[in-house]
Amino acid sequence: MQTQSFTQRFANPTRFMAFSGALMPWLAGLSVLVIAYALYRGFTAPPDYQQGKTIYIMYIHVPAAWLGMMGYALIAASSFGLLVFRHPLADVSAKTAAPIGAAFTLLALITGSLWGKPMWGTYWVWDARLTSVLILFFLYLGLIALRSSIEDEPLAAKLTAVLALVGVIILPFIKISVEGLDIPSLGISIPAWNTLHQPSSVFRSDGPKIHISQLVPLLISAIGFTLLFFTMHLKAMRNEILRRRVKSLRLAEVDRARASETTVAAE
Amino acid sequence: MRAAWTLLKRDLQLAVREGGAIGTALGFYLLVVAMLPLGLGPDLNLLSRIAPGILWIALLLAALLSLSRIFETDFEDGSLELMALGELPLELVAAIKALAHWLTTGIPLALLAPLLGILLNLDIGAYGVLVLTMLVGTPAISFLGSIGAALTLRARRGGLLLALLVLPLYVPTLIYGITAISSALVAPDAFVPSLLILTALSLGSLVLGPIAAAAALRIQMQ
Repeated sequence: MQTQSFTQRFANPTRFMAFSGALMPWLAGLSVLVIAYALYRGFTAPPDYQQGKTIYIMYIHVPAAWLGMMGYALIAASSFGLLVFRHPLADVSAKTAAPIGAAFTLLALITGSLWGKPMWGTYWVWDARLTSVLILFFLYLGLIALRSSIEDEPLAAKLTAVLALVGVIILPFIKISVEGLDIPSLGISIPAWNTLHQPSSVFRSDGPKIHISQLVPLLISAIGFTLLFFTMHLKAMRNEILRRRVKSLRLAEVDRARASETTVAAE
Repeated sequence: MRAAWTLLKRDLQLAVREGGAIGTALGFYLLVVAMLPLGLGPDLNLLSRIAPGILWIALLLAALLSLSRIFETDFEDGSLELMALGELPLELVAAIKALAHWLTTGIPLALLAPLLGILLNLDIGAYGVLVLTMLVGTPAISFLGSIGAALTLRARRGGLLLALLVLPLYVPTLIYGITAISSALVAPDAFVPSLLILTALSLGSLVLGPIAAAAALRIQMQ
């Protein structure tokens, strides 16, 4: 028992349900509090000297974009867990993370488009970073569509997992081909396909290029939305487990009814 | 090795003798390219400017149409299961089938492209580059496409789904294919790097495609 890893412990759905049920209210409450605090801090932060109050969109836009990418990484990790370790909850996790990740990606696209209107003068530009997020959204749609068009659930789970792993291998190439790549220390410089968007100003080798009064609310907001992501993911996983239990109970009932029918017929 | 060669020959013969398959893709390519000026207007300057993009995108769509053929008939009549039990590893079978698709679809489409370039008033100087980038880039279409073909074998509405799954994977090939052509016309220095990246993408898909497609086939044949 002691040597079991964290993931092995929750290979038992009953144990997972008990643990996640106890965790749910705390996680949900905490995410509401953190997001509320982050929005309060964000909206009382000084407006940007160039972008004015539109900078407030950032506190939703940037975390949504991060979570859209994290969601895909989570699906890929779960798919790996399904295909390699055959973990019983891996597919539940991969299946339920897809719509949530897609929703955050869509949120990043919509907020980005609303932010683009005052800044660039149009709702949509074929900018490198917007485009690569749009393609990420298409990859999510592919996962959801493939799963929903195969009736046999275990089969759909495994095939979707293969697709998710292929996607996660190709995603960096899509990102580089659209956004370009610049690593001066290695002498690598691939130009971006087309760009208007500012480059990432938080994760940079020379430190964040964003003022501390905006960075702190942004990071708090990112933590809050991450908690929200996991709250929804956990809830969706619980629902999925319950749905599968109901389904297997129904199937068992049908089997029993059929068995009693045959005995009646035999008599 | 002989088994591999036999399989390739069989697939090529099937594609040729079935007829229709190659011709349909070529006909679709011709029609899409011919419809665009009807929609965009016959402005030759505009057409010649967007010709490389149109030719590439129409080629992707034409190749997509025939992707589902890679495994479908062999899966339905059970010969794919025999191949899975045979001496060749399933990865190699998948690779050979994708190769046959490239030989019977990718190459003919790439060779037709300059002819369609005439319809779009494409710069004469770009013809050689156009065919070269397409020959180098189309293997990625067949090999990445074979993943989608394998994944959708048992799906409802397989054809439409296949397009949704596979088109995003073609983004790097499309971008570098067009970058290579336009840089050959404007900035010759940038041509070789783009072509090399395009080659790398095709070689990478040559590895990834058969592995993923074979994994998907195994899951469905258990």
